Amino acid sequence: MSSLAGSGSAHLRGDAAILSVEDLEVEYHTAAGAFKAVAGVSFDLLPGETLGIVGESGCGKSTTGRAVLRLDPIAGGTVRYRDDSIDTASPRRLRELRRDMQMIFQDPVSSLNPRRSVKDVVTEGLAIDGRSKKERDERAPAVLEQVGLPSERFAGMLPRQLSGGQAQRVAIGRALALQPGLLICDEPVSALDVSVQAQILNLLEDLKKKYELTIVFIAHDLGVVRSFSDNVLVMYLGKTCEFGDAVEVYDRPAHPYTRGLLDSVPRPDAEGGFEGPALTGDLPSPLNPPSGCRFRARCPIAQDRCATEEPVMREIRPGQYAACHFPLD
Amino acid sequence: MTASTALRTRKAGDLPAPGIQIPAVAAIRKPRSVLVWFSYFWIVLIVALAVLAPVLPIAGYDAVAGPPRQPPQFGPIDLLLGTDRVGRSLLSRVIYGAQVSLVVGTAAALGGVVLGLVLGLIAGYFRKGADTVIVFVADVILSFPALVLLLAISAIFAPSLWTILVGLAITSTPSFIRLSRANTMAWAGRDFVKAARNMGASDTRVLLREILPNVVPAIAAYLPLVIAALIVAEGSLSFLGLGIPPPTPSWGGMIAAGAADLRTAPYMVFVPAAVLFLTVFALNQAGEHLRLRFDRTLQD
Repeated sequence: MSSLAGSGSAHLRGDAAILSVEDLEVEYHTAAGAFKAVAGVSFDLLPGETLGIVGESGCGKSTTGRAVLRLDPIAGGTVRYRDDSIDTASPRRLRELRRDMQMIFQDPVSSLNPRRSVKDVVTEGLAIDGRSKKERDERAPAVLEQVGLPSERFAGMLPRQLSGGQAQRVAIGRALALQPGLLICDEPVSALDVSVQAQILNLLEDLKKKYELTIVFIAHDLGVVRSFSDNVLVMYLGKTCEFGDAVEVYDRPAHPYTRGLLDSVPRPDAEGGFEGPALTGDLPSPLNPPSGCRFRARCPIAQDRCATEEPVMREIRPGQYAACHFPLD
Repeated sequence: MTASTALRTRKAGDLPAPGIQIPAVAAIRKPRSVLVWFSYFWIVLIVALAVLAPVLPIAGYDAVAGPPRQPPQFGPIDLLLGTDRVGRSLLSRVIYGAQVSLVVGTAAALGGVVLGLVLGLIAGYFRKGADTVIVFVADVILSFPALVLLLAISAIFAPSLWTILVGLAITSTPSFIRLSRANTMAWAGRDFVKAARNMGASDTRVLLREILPNVVPAIAAYLPLVIAALIVAEGSLSFLGLGIPPPTPSWGGMIAAGAADLRTAPYMVFVPAAVLFLTVFALNQAGEHLRLRFDRTLQD
């Protein structure tokens, strides 16, 4: 498993994983040329585990989530889900597999068809599966009930009559109606009010416990990820920076980028409002990424070696992996 | 003291305390254009007359109803709008002409809708090769003057109801392709389409269940405008003698027949021209009203 000169896969845990992503690459073709939005990302999930993926806008975290479902074309690497290879699955097999891997989107309003009733939306998966109308009518109230929407009031509503939080509940109900083995949440609360965010997170937390869901939780809000995830994967410009237990990574980040991200969170108890200096500069263009370590242009401790040699994921502390030549203590 | 009593009373029950008046809120006034309502009235009237023509107490469209070249006058109903150069009732001919104009306009527009919708959905959803070919064909038809195309079709095939229908349907298809393709592209990018694909929906199912219901309202709202344009196109063809063959009346044909006597009997042109104008105007007004009402592309 000596990885290609990528971000490495030393942190993968082998066959026990329900989902295993190795050296994933996703390429976009633009007028200015092709670029890799995801350039060699590896991670895996054990059953019942929640993985948080964090990073700035444009780091490729959402693209990674979509690529796992092959909603974006996979340019390189492998994605294995249980015993199936997602990247080589036939279209027919892929359709079956996707039913077992549901996704919750960022914009709840855009993720519901404005012309279909709430009941139709949440039972659509069952309809595609070929279940009878009678069975769907029976299932719909239970599905709505489990996401906290009384069926008699909401079943007949159209998405435009719902608030953002209610719409997101419907989207969660739609995903869970299929009893998926894997749930990918792509910034499920970032479009919602803070108070509603808490409700939705609590709902996801309850459902996670109740159904022992395996979840990939993509977010840019570090606090949300910490409370929700077992492990966390930090991404920067299409590469992995750090992987490890959420609490460990937050308390003792090994990668300077993780440190910078955490320091950028406003803290009421810290002097000056922040723990440390904010990250400076912008994300470099993925069309022309820096040589060596992609973070070096913004890294406070970058040295000559960082420009020539790309760091590979390695174990810094037990269970904590980082791709950095000069990891923090 | 009184205030607290009032508060307590209000808390106790849902009804306001006696003496507190429920504020009277006036209903929101919706601006209603007289023109729009006249337009709907006119469309209903014309359709009703056209449908009921055989049972109305009017002369047949090819029967002589009175002296030739009578101007519009009160008196016998058949002379209400005057008579043409052989004495046929203009009222009767305008009503029977409505049958032709409305049927041709509506049927051709519906044909264009079905064809344009199917091609636009395919082009907008699958993109790539299908998109290139369909857009190219649409552009070719659009860049070809519609009247010339219709003249060519009429010249090659004998003018009949069917050739005109097919010709008009073809000329109206590209705009529907454009419209449905653009709408399809906008909707296909939405997350609910991704969600449907992610639940294992086939392309056909995504197109029919997720995208089509959102594209249809925009297309339907555009329909009256196209019907209006096609009625004018049919009128132009009939005016050039390539429309519905006589003696079946059509508005364009009546204008053409009256044109020779424009100087002496202008009403022979004005009567069908006025009906044509009002109908097209009404369809445009109604279409615009429906578009504002139902085209929620940007709102949902």
